[in-house]
Amino acid sequence: MEMRWEVVLIILGAAIVTFIPRVVPLMVLSRVELPEWGMRWLNYVPISVMAALIGQEILVHDGKLTSITDNVQLLAAIPTFFIAIKTRSLLITVLSGVIFFMILRWIVY
Amino acid sequence: MSLENIHVETAASPRNKEGFMEGIKDCVPTLLGYLSIGLAAGVVQKTAGLSIAEIALMSLILYAGSAQFIAAGMIAASSSPTAIIITILFVNLRHLLLSAALSPYFRHLSPLRNILVGSLLTDETFGVAINQTAKTKKINESWMHGLNITAYLNWFIANIAGALLAQWISDPEKFGLEFALPAMFIGILVLSIIGRSKIKRDIAVALVAVVLTVGCSFFLSSSMGIIVATIIASTLGMAVEKWK
Repeated sequence: MEMRWEVVLIILGAAIVTFIPRVVPLMVLSRVELPEWGMRWLNYVPISVMAALIGQEILVHDGKLTSITDNVQLLAAIPTFFIAIKTRSLLITVLSGVIFFMILRWIVY
Repeated sequence: MSLENIHVETAASPRNKEGFMEGIKDCVPTLLGYLSIGLAAGVVQKTAGLSIAEIALMSLILYAGSAQFIAAGMIAASSSPTAIIITILFVNLRHLLLSAALSPYFRHLSPLRNILVGSLLTDETFGVAINQTAKTKKINESWMHGLNITAYLNWFIANIAGALLAQWISDPEKFGLEFALPAMFIGILVLSIIGRSKIKRDIAVALVAVVLTVGCSFFLSSSMGIIVATIIASTLGMAVEKWK
C-alpha cells in the first residue's frame, strides 16, 4: 500500500479547499440574522442548483450541446420526470429512470 | 405549504422520530446513483495510476465525485499540484451555495456542530435534506448525520470496489447506470418543487437555470456554469416573488 508524497499533498490541499466552502456558510450564516431577501434568495437555490445539474448531465457533453435527436438521456428523462411526479418516491424514480434508459438505449442502438 | 401536502407526505412515511436511523433510511434512494458514480471513480482513479491507499485517502478526505475524477485525470497528466488544487477549489465552490441554503435549519447549533454537519455535505445529501424540510419544516441533527454517514460509507466502498474491479471493467458506463445520477437529480428536483406551494414560479426558475447552464457551457467551465446559473436563476426567483 504505497502512497506518494506528492499525491498525498495534492489530496490534502484539494480536501482543504473543498472543506472550507462546505462548512463556512453553515458556521457563519447560522450566527448572523439574514435579511428577508437573503432568505428568499436561499429558498430558490435548491431548485436552481438541481435544475442546473440536470441540464448539465443531460444536455451538455464536453462543453458542447448534445444533439437533441440522438440523446438517449434526454429521452429517458421524460418518463423519469413523469414517474417522479406520479410516485413522489426518489427510489422508484431512480430505479425506473435506469430501466427506461437501458430500454431506450437498446432500442436506439 | 398546504396542510394537504403535509398529510400526503406523512401518510407515505410513518411518523417516526426523525433520528439517525431515519436518516440512514432516507439515504437509501440515493445509494444506487452514487454507487455507480463511485465505482466509475474507482476505476478511473486506478487507471490513472493511483494506488488503493491513495484512492481510499481521496474518497475519505476529499469526498467529492467530480473533483476526484478531475484530480485523477490531472495527476495522470502530471499537472502541477497548485493547478490541481485551484481547479478543485472552483469545481467545489457550489458547496458554498448548498451550505448557505442549509444554514437557516441549523441556527441553534454551535459552530463546531455546524462543521460536523457541513463537512460531509454533497449534492445528494443536500437534496434529500431539502426535501425533508418540505415534509417537516426542519432538519434534525442526528437525522442529518445518519444521512451523511450512510452516503459517505457508500461512496468509500464504491471507490474501493471500483479500484479493485478496474482490471476487469474498463468502461463502467456500459451497464446503463450512468443515468442513475441524472434520474436522482430529477427525483430530487420534482420532490422539492411538489413540496412547496409555488409550482409555477419554481418551474420557471428551474427552466431558466437549465437554459443558463447550457448557455454558460459554451464559454465557462461546467462547474462555473452551475454556479452562475444557480446565482442568476435564484435571484430571478427572489425578484419575481418580491414584486408580485
